[in-house]
Amino acid sequence: MNYESYLFLALATLLVIAAGAVVTLRNPVHAAMSLVLTFFTSAMLWILLRAEFLGITLVLVYVGAVMVLFLFVVMMLDINVVPLREGFARYLPVGLLVAGIMAAQMVAVLGGHHFGLERYTAPPAVIEGSNTAALGQLLYTGYVYPFEIAAVILLVAIVAAIALTHRRREGVKLQDPGKQTMVRKADRLRVVKMPSDTREGHGA
Amino acid sequence: MIDTWTDLLPMLPELFLLGMVNLILIAGLFIDERRRGLVHFIATLTLAFAAILTLRDFDIDGRVAVAGGMFIRDGAGDVLKLFVYLTMGIVFVYAKFYLRTHKLFVAEFYTLALFSVLGMCVLISGGNLLTIYLGLELMALSSYALVALDRDSPVAAESAMKYFVLGALASGLLLYGMSILYGVTGSLDLSEIATRLSSGEYPKVVLAFAVVFIVVGIGFKFGAVPFHMWVPDVYQGAPTAITLLLASAPKLAAVGMTFRLLSEGLEPLARDWSQMLGFLALMSLVVGNFAAIAQTNLKRMLAYSTISHVGFVLLGILAGSDDGMAAAMFYAITYALMTTGAFGMIIALSNAGFECERIEDFKGLNQRNPWFAFLMLLILASLAGFPPLVGFFSKLYVLQAAINAGWLWLTVVAVVMAVIGAYYYLRVIKVMYFDEPEHEHALQAPGDVRVVLAANGLLQLLLTFFVGSLTALCVAAWQ
Repeated sequence: MNYESYLFLALATLLVIAAGAVVTLRNPVHAAMSLVLTFFTSAMLWILLRAEFLGITLVLVYVGAVMVLFLFVVMMLDINVVPLREGFARYLPVGLLVAGIMAAQMVAVLGGHHFGLERYTAPPAVIEGSNTAALGQLLYTGYVYPFEIAAVILLVAIVAAIALTHRRREGVKLQDPGKQTMVRKADRLRVVKMPSDTREGHGA
Repeated sequence: MIDTWTDLLPMLPELFLLGMVNLILIAGLFIDERRRGLVHFIATLTLAFAAILTLRDFDIDGRVAVAGGMFIRDGAGDVLKLFVYLTMGIVFVYAKFYLRTHKLFVAEFYTLALFSVLGMCVLISGGNLLTIYLGLELMALSSYALVALDRDSPVAAESAMKYFVLGALASGLLLYGMSILYGVTGSLDLSEIATRLSSGEYPKVVLAFAVVFIVVGIGFKFGAVPFHMWVPDVYQGAPTAITLLLASAPKLAAVGMTFRLLSEGLEPLARDWSQMLGFLALMSLVVGNFAAIAQTNLKRMLAYSTISHVGFVLLGILAGSDDGMAAAMFYAITYALMTTGAFGMIIALSNAGFECERIEDFKGLNQRNPWFAFLMLLILASLAGFPPLVGFFSKLYVLQAAINAGWLWLTVVAVVMAVIGAYYYLRVIKVMYFDEPEHEHALQAPGDVRVVLAANGLLQLLLTFFVGSLTALCVAAWQ
């Protein structure tokens, strides 16, 4: 075993522990933080595989953007998680049993003897030059069509999210700068003619 | 790989569609409510032009692969796409009236619906596991949002939630199957997968495992039993105009997807998947027809009837032959034209404060409006498969293909189920003609809805004269 193997084992163990913590921790903020750790550790695994670009993207996108959003939601919405966790202990044995059976079945059918290295040779690991450049090259030549469809799907997500949540409410106080600058004296200033008060004891 | 711009010509209809959706998306922001008919007009025009562009290079025997085989333009795909545009055009006419009366007439409906059409086209043309999955997601994501379009209705929100969660689960299962297939064969390209699989050097067990997941994913998208749970709830809960959309064109896309995945990519494993589809078809026929009998809500009844019709479509696909595929395609096309009529009738009879969706709402329709009752009679009889309507011929061809493929027992079951299924269509016809009207809601359907509905109903009769040429088209498309 060399240094890389030890590093891999350490990172993999940490990853499994952190992922377990996400679902078992009671405090949602702590769970979200464990998710950050999970993402970060898997990013390190990518880098260990010499996929630097993917590793850094994982950190930037998931840790940087998605998790911040998660934390916002968790902190702002004050969800009471206790009812969600009711029956966790009660259903645990059944859940473990089903999961165990499924895992055993999948190992039996898809076990290593079907997918081992002796059946499939590992792809050439190292590419010439920058990993990011190679990825970009592929993404914008061979895979440009699915790439564009993915972009359209994101557009649909934006349209759907806005269509479903945005509503024009009545009675909201808003400033319209256009109207503000277009205003003329006649719109705001009203000259009112008042009869002068001529009673005694009043006036100048 | 796309080297020059001319390589993109085969996907011109899709590119046009994408450009127009973006235009409608932007234009919709600036067109105020009173002129929103303009959005409807542009959207309908977009479909018409996409159809013209498809016809421009239409070649029934041709097969062009673009973008490294990720996009495939062939006769079968073009026929399916043309009917997707047609059914979507019909849907738009009905939907406009419904959305207007229900205060849902927003530009987003057209944007999302056209995005969904784009997804269907990508799906129908997908020659790669990646593009099939992305096309499916594009189609599905737009549909989820459309179901939830009526934000103030808790029923619609609930059905959108169910649809979304189950749809996501189905996508996950499909993706899992695809990933195993990729892991085994080492290729994402469907024709490449077929070539590698026919060498027969891959472990059978693992491949069967992958096929199971892919078939389950297809079953979910079709709404075949036992993956049908979402269908009745979504059909009933969604606004009728959206149900109309979900029930028609996506079925055509699903046939295209099944064709690409199963008979192009997994052709060497036909023995495996035709057994699985046989089970799905059997269950769909039995459960769909029996459950439909118990329904009192017409939308829900039509949902179960969809499930039974899916059984028939699968019957054609599982035959595995070119004729079977042609029969399945013919069935899906005629079914899409029937189901738009049935939901169109519900929309035409409804108005602002009244949803004509229960079977008893159709009581005495003949006395209130004999013409509409006659059209509904044609549509329902065609759904039930009575000769000489077109629904009879579509069933006939599917059954023929199944018999030729040696599925005699399943064919017998299908015929028995079709007879049982006739009961619930006949019940609606009986209610329309022999019962007394219970309510006096005026018919408010505008001229365009009436004209399209009449055409849609009469089409069931008229298509009978063109069955020969339509089937010839389908058969030619698969050869």
